[in-house]
Amino acid sequence: MKIKSVPLIVILLFITFFIIFFKGLKNSNIYVPNINYEKEIPSFTTQFFDTNIKINSDEIFKEDYYYLMNIWSSWCLPCREEHRFLMELSKEKNLKIIGFNYKDNIKDAKQFLNNLKNPYSNIFLDKDGLIAIEWGAYGVPESFLIYNKKIIKKVIGPLNTNFVDEIKRLIK
Amino acid sequence: MKYLRFFTIILFILVSQISYALENNLEIKITKNLRCLICQGQSVHDSDSEFANSIKTLVSLKLDEGFTEKEIYSFLKDKYGEWILYNPEFNKNTYFLWLLPILMFLLGGAIIYKLFIFKKKKLY
Repeated sequence: MKIKSVPLIVILLFITFFIIFFKGLKNSNIYVPNINYEKEIPSFTTQFFDTNIKINSDEIFKEDYYYLMNIWSSWCLPCREEHRFLMELSKEKNLKIIGFNYKDNIKDAKQFLNNLKNPYSNIFLDKDGLIAIEWGAYGVPESFLIYNKKIIKKVIGPLNTNFVDEIKRLIK
Repeated sequence: MKYLRFFTIILFILVSQISYALENNLEIKITKNLRCLICQGQSVHDSDSEFANSIKTLVSLKLDEGFTEKEIYSFLKDKYGEWILYNPEFNKNTYFLWLLPILMFLLGGAIIYKLFIFKKKKLY
């Protein structure tokens, strides 16, 4: 009785661990944060892109209006790819696109906008990436759709046709 | 020769004190406990990515402002989720994780007790 139960337990343990690790194989090892939740926007002070005037975040995002907050940089290649989608979204009447210029050289950023046109209604500076942390952002590019001071949609990485369609549907 | 040995010992003591002081730096301790979310298997301290550099700046700023270690952790947890901390917290998702080593230890102890001590008593 006693001798029989030991191998049985070992086999059962082996099977349990095998199942756990086998299931774990299929999981992605890249961390995907919880995107589908409504979170209040953070409050912070920032400064306009081309002037030294400081502004509080409460004055940027007003209630009852849709905002697309987009973190971008001239040195970031995916930002160039998503730029045409931002141009497309800038034609929407009830949506304002707010740009945050992430760790960038102002001269390069201005050239970037001159070459590719400016989809942003306002651009603010994020020189050392601290505002991006306030938003819980990972880097560039990243976009947040905001309504009534709440984040209703978060896109990590460049926008694409699917996201643009979804944003258009959400703001209708 | 005697003096050389003496000075070598003094030098080693001084060097070890320098390295100890660096290990004791709170900023390094905190950044080593934070996961760099856009890298794989690296702490914020080890990484040189834009994300990690921003977090390093933030940690030193928050320490200057008088935040404690725990307050910085909870601030970042609020922004990025628990995944950013290397030490998972004790909650219903991690009971198994935290208690498994203790259970294993107790089980092993029980087996050892049964196999050796219990047997010995029977023999005599």
